[in-house]
Amino acid sequence: MTPLNIKLWRGLWHMKGQVLAIALIVACGSGVLIMSLSVHQALSETAEAYYERNRFADVFANARRAPLATADRIATIDGVKSVQTRVVGNVILQVAGVEEPVQGRLVSLPDHSAPILNTSVLRSGRLPEPGHADEVMLSEQFAEANGLSPGTRFHAVMNGRKRLLKVVGTALSPEFIYIIAPGALMPDDERYGVMWMRRSAVASVFDMDGAFNDVSLSISREANVSKVIDALDVLLAPYGGTGAIARKDQVSNWFVMNEIQQIKTMATIFPTVFMAVAAFLTNMLLMRLIAIERGEIGLLKANGYSNWAVSWHYLKLAAVVAGLGVILGVVLGYYLGRLNTMMYAESYRFPILIFRVEIWVVITAALVSLAAAGLGALNAVSRVVRLAPAEAMRPPQPLSYKRSKLANWGPYKSIDQATRIVLRQISRTPLRSATTTFGIGAGIGVMIMALQWIDAIEELLHVQYFEAQRNNLTIALNDPRAMSTLYEIENLPGVMHAEPSRGVDADLRNGTRTHRGSVVGIVPDALMQPLYDNRTGERPISGGGITIGLALARKLDVTVGDSVTISVLTGRRPVVALPVVDIIETYLGMPAYMRLSDLNKLLGDAPSFDLAYLQVDRARLGEFHRALREVPLVAGIADRHNAISMFEQTIQETVYIFIAFYSGFALLLSFGVSYNSGRIALSENGRDLATLRVLGFTRSETGYVSFAETAFLALAAIPIGFGLGWGLSSLVGRAFETELFRLPPVITTAVLGWSAVVAIAATIGALALIVSRVARLDLISVLKTRE
Amino acid sequence: MYALRGIDFDLFGGELAIFLGASGSGKSTLLNILGALDRATDGRVMFGDQDLSQGNDRALTRFRREHVGFVFQFYNLIPSLTARENVLLVTEIARKPISAEAALSLVGLEDRMDHFPAQLSGGEQQRVAIARAIAKQPEILLCDEPTGALDRQTGIIVLEAIRNINRELGTTTAVITHNVATGAMADRVITLADGQIETIQVNEAPVDPSQIHW
Repeated sequence: MTPLNIKLWRGLWHMKGQVLAIALIVACGSGVLIMSLSVHQALSETAEAYYERNRFADVFANARRAPLATADRIATIDGVKSVQTRVVGNVILQVAGVEEPVQGRLVSLPDHSAPILNTSVLRSGRLPEPGHADEVMLSEQFAEANGLSPGTRFHAVMNGRKRLLKVVGTALSPEFIYIIAPGALMPDDERYGVMWMRRSAVASVFDMDGAFNDVSLSISREANVSKVIDALDVLLAPYGGTGAIARKDQVSNWFVMNEIQQIKTMATIFPTVFMAVAAFLTNMLLMRLIAIERGEIGLLKANGYSNWAVSWHYLKLAAVVAGLGVILGVVLGYYLGRLNTMMYAESYRFPILIFRVEIWVVITAALVSLAAAGLGALNAVSRVVRLAPAEAMRPPQPLSYKRSKLANWGPYKSIDQATRIVLRQISRTPLRSATTTFGIGAGIGVMIMALQWIDAIEELLHVQYFEAQRNNLTIALNDPRAMSTLYEIENLPGVMHAEPSRGVDADLRNGTRTHRGSVVGIVPDALMQPLYDNRTGERPISGGGITIGLALARKLDVTVGDSVTISVLTGRRPVVALPVVDIIETYLGMPAYMRLSDLNKLLGDAPSFDLAYLQVDRARLGEFHRALREVPLVAGIADRHNAISMFEQTIQETVYIFIAFYSGFALLLSFGVSYNSGRIALSENGRDLATLRVLGFTRSETGYVSFAETAFLALAAIPIGFGLGWGLSSLVGRAFETELFRLPPVITTAVLGWSAVVAIAATIGALALIVSRVARLDLISVLKTRE
Repeated sequence: MYALRGIDFDLFGGELAIFLGASGSGKSTLLNILGALDRATDGRVMFGDQDLSQGNDRALTRFRREHVGFVFQFYNLIPSLTARENVLLVTEIARKPISAEAALSLVGLEDRMDHFPAQLSGGEQQRVAIARAIAKQPEILLCDEPTGALDRQTGIIVLEAIRNINRELGTTTAVITHNVATGAMADRVITLADGQIETIQVNEAPVDPSQIHW
């Protein structure tokens, strides 16, 4: 080993605490990067493999009742490879031990063959036998949540008829990775599941002999999806087609892909913060080292080492620090990645799982880390180049200070000398002080970002389920009913109030911008679910046009007064242009509202409704559900209480882990930055501090001078951290924004307080580690040597 | 190996004692023990009735804070504080200090009080250090090679400052140096060699520092 390299290793060993602190921050950054990229790749590949193996379809469509012969015409659409028709429908199950109705999505399996598309993976038992109309296979999640293993029986209300069914098997399907009830926000395996039966059995339930109401297509690679969809829509329109969708809009896939995409977002935002801090710290470390070693640098140069050779020596040091960080980051990234992938795989129940950390991921993380450290080192190393050999050999002059204009200001005069030392050190190295402040502030910011999730979700839940929605139950009817049915519902036991509403699937269009969603009709004097804006609260619905959510307004690029073309996808399929009369801001979805009377008129129907918002006395809920079972018109029911508890359960499972990760990273940021700052201050002022000790300053007084700099900067970091926290929360909120929901940055004083307390605790902890060095200051050497 | 052995002597109130000796003679170790920076492994160091060799770190710190003024070879001024503030640093924690301005006047720096160390010459810096040492009105002033880093002309000014403090304030002063010529200004010259006291020489007629040549 060359002497210069020996010096390098000894130097690194000497500064091991600081080296480790920076390496850990690099490790967090590269670890998150490796984790995100690997998890992203693992889930993408796993989903892709799953989809391919189980022939997940490319296009999906529903109709009211299409004759089987239509399938042959669909097969002739240009680009279509295979066509799978099915009969599907919603059923209500009566599961022992569950009082509330449980909903099922009934899907047909071909009578005498395996499905061509969307094949399922059998997990237990067997497929239903052809000809056995009572045999059913359940989605595994649902079966497990309700304790329905093969051999058990349960009752189901299918199209108004009550039947006893027998579970023969459980399965998973690429079509139902994310099983979510229509209109719900989260999967609720206990109350919503998928069930498969043989086609003839399903067809007889829904009167679909010789017909189908659901079709899936696979298309060739070169086919144009939107053209296939248009052609399919034309073919299905006469049979009540509700508009075909591509795989990317299929509900389960949309959720899965969205989460996978969010993982990629994490790969950009968080490592950036950590790498920036690592770059600053590397800069601080090298600046100090080069200041101490100016003599050595001069000596090396005087002995003929080139500028490049000496610079390279210091760059190598930065590279070793970053390299150590990457090594730790690979380990961290691998374990976090595996943990994360397994968590996702478990919640998605992928029957296969592909996880590996690819070399390109490691190389990417290494390059990013080295670039950050290199960037930090560059400015410091340029000082090496500028140092003349002779100048480097002379001891540095006492550091120059200037009196600030504050010196004659009354309050400033009363500041004690020890504090003046601290304040002048801070102002003499503004860049370093700013770096420390920013670094600790970043720790506070990341902490705020992590902690505010809970409050943001609570805010969303509060607004959605208490402010905007006041009813505790929502029931969906099989078909639109006359208003007289509302009285029937009002007379069910426990119902205190019932409010009619209606939803229709529709395409909303402005020029070339389109959105496939639904239009909901609400009554003008709505009490249960009035029109609700996040910022301003409840407001009356305007007639004579359509009211849309802000997110939809942006998607369609319209504002109040503009016209939107609405193509209803059901019934008589009217197409009308309506003015936008109001825009509201919502956290959830991309809603579009009209007055119920306007909507019925548009559809050409007499006053009718297919949704009812109910306020039901919780004490009589059991009675209500038992009565509802006898009413054949209900297709689905949503209970606010369940929705909230599902949300909270999901938060428990995922958000807390997320918070724990990022709180740990935040803590490490504040700690690492404080430790570095403290060590550098101590190294720079060691001689002054020893002098103070000789002059009779106690250890705690000397400790104050040595650590107050970092402590003051940490205090200054608090407001900066608050700002960074708000910015980071908004950035992450926007990056994670989907058509389904937008999380508002909600930063409570409690979160601010906690983040500040944690950062200060991290600073105190870091300084406590250094404090023993103050006690060990060599009082005698200070009398003789000078640096 | 012992740095010092068999040392036994008294430092008298108000005297100016100069410790002479070559490098390695033990004079610095002696000064460190006198100034309560270090503890003797054996024997006793008494300050009046107080036994310094029995004191813990806290007691030694208090002793330095209340009774000792230090002047270092390399001045050891705090670069971020002006001359006045360097003196205030000590007066703020002292029990019966004179004002920083008075201390600086004693060393002839009344016009340079708001300068930072970087704006002062070596001799001026050392005089600030002396002012800082005496501002607390210490019983003992310990000077470690106070002229070691200075040329003769500047050194003389510094020695004069030390002599004046000794004479005017009656501060017991111990100066260690390897500069034999300096001995001429002392009341007593104590010569150290190999960790032992070689000679103690009483100087009946100390000369003015300006008369000293080296």
